Formats: sequence, structure tokens, C-alpha cells
Amino acid sequence: MNLTVDVQEKEGKSVVLLAGEIDAYTAPKLKEALLSLTEKEGNKVEVNLEQVNYMDSTGLGVFVSGLKSTKENNSELKLVQLQDRVYRLFEITGLIDVIDVDKTVQGGY
Amino acid sequence: MESFDFIEIKVPAKPEYVGVIRLTSSGVANRMGFSYEDIEDLKVAISEAVTNTVNHAYEKDEDGEVTIGFGVYENRLEVMVADHGGSFNLDQVKRNIGPYEAAEPIEQLREGGFGLFLIDALMDKVEINSDSGVIVLMTKYLHENGVGLDDDQISTTQ
Repeated sequence: MNLTVDVQEKEGKSVVLLAGEIDAYTAPKLKEALLSLTEKEGNKVEVNLEQVNYMDSTGLGVFVSGLKSTKENNSELKLVQLQDRVYRLFEITGLIDVIDVDKTVQGGY
Repeated sequence: MESFDFIEIKVPAKPEYVGVIRLTSSGVANRMGFSYEDIEDLKVAISEAVTNTVNHAYEKDEDGEVTIGFGVYENRLEVMVADHGGSFNLDQVKRNIGPYEAAEPIEQLREGGFGLFLIDALMDKVEINSDSGVIVLMTKYLHENGVGLDDDQISTTQ
């Protein structure tokens, strides 16, 4: 019941690798890490959720904060490789139309 | 009177215990025979209700507790989440629920307050009572989506 946040700089973007659960306990840590990246002017941030096996509305809230931050700092936020259950929450809430979410695995198929 | 088993858990209203409730919920639902999908729905819905209580206690700087009751029935699970601290503004909570609209300006997107919307979307029935503190009562039925293989076999032999 924890979340690891690993940030790697590659190919001109910040890749955030998440593993574990995003809930009320772990969300503050994620928010801090995410906003520190989206607040960099013009930064491209890609969040990989392949290893996130649980997320609830606190996680959605963090990504909404991140999105707002990108608008203020001219940066970009993209979520990739979401598990079905996590992707479903973005669908149910309508956030799928607002946040750049790419469900398919890297390289795509 | 319909017979049922009742399980009650009380934890401090702190974020670190939301995951503990989630694990317990998963265990109870699994024992009842809920599908993987339904168990995941229950985990999110129950976590949302507990998180609401935890955030509320946190805002008021209270050392509150949250009580979770599981009513295990033959055909359904009833989950009660009770916050015995002060009551919050239910009208305001209701105003803040609902899906996002693509047309909504990003600046106006809310970062919280849609937990209840998810609870409503993921459970079969949700009732909220705010007379003394807040009690969320939510129900999920077993085999809600379609008839299982076993049921089919029973009906053909009848």
C-alpha cells in the first residue's frame, strides 16, 4: 500500500514512473513530484501508470492539478500505459476528454 | 427478518488507514463471491467514502474516527461509512458531484469533491444521511450484471 515515484529525464522530456497505489495517503507525494515538473516552463511530462494497480478520485485530483499547472507554465502533461481499471475512472468522470491519456503500451499496438 | 452477518471496523480518520479499509473490503467481498471487477468497484467506492471522512476530519483539525460497517447478506453487500465528527454541508457536496464536461474551462475543473459521483457510479444504491455526522450507506448486489453459468443450469433443470 504505497507508491514509488521515479523521475527520469530522457529524450527531452520528464518521464515519471509510478508503481503502487494512488490514494489519499500517497497522493500528496505524487502531487509534489508532479507539480515540480509541470511548473518548469515548457517542460514535457509523461507519467507512466503501467505499475499502478489502484487509483481513486484523489489521484484524479492530482492529475487535474497537474493539468492546470501545465496551462500556467506552458508545459505538457501526458498519461500513458494505464491499466483498464485506472483508465475506466478517467472515462466515468469525463476526464478522458480533458487530459491527454494514452492507454496503449509504449510503442503501441 | 432477513439474516446477515455484520462486521464493524473503526480506524483513526487518517489517510494511512484508507488502504487498510480497502484491503478489508476486498477480503469481505471476495469471501462473498463478488467478481474481480465488482471487488475493484467496491474498493474504489468504499475508499472514496472513507477519504471524504478523513479529509473532513483533517480540515477541522480533529482527531476523528471513521466507522465502517459491512452488512453481508445472501444477495448483497451493504457498506456503511460513518463519520462521527461534525457534519459537513451536504448541499455543497451534492452540487459538486457529476462528471466533467469537456467544454468546462480547465481553470474551473475541480480537483476534489467528485468522490460521491464515483460512489454513485460504482455502487447499485447509495444513501446519505447527515442528521448527526455523515453516514454513507451503499449497496452492491451479487450477480448484478447478467446471470452466472450456475444460475443458468439451475433454471434449465427446474
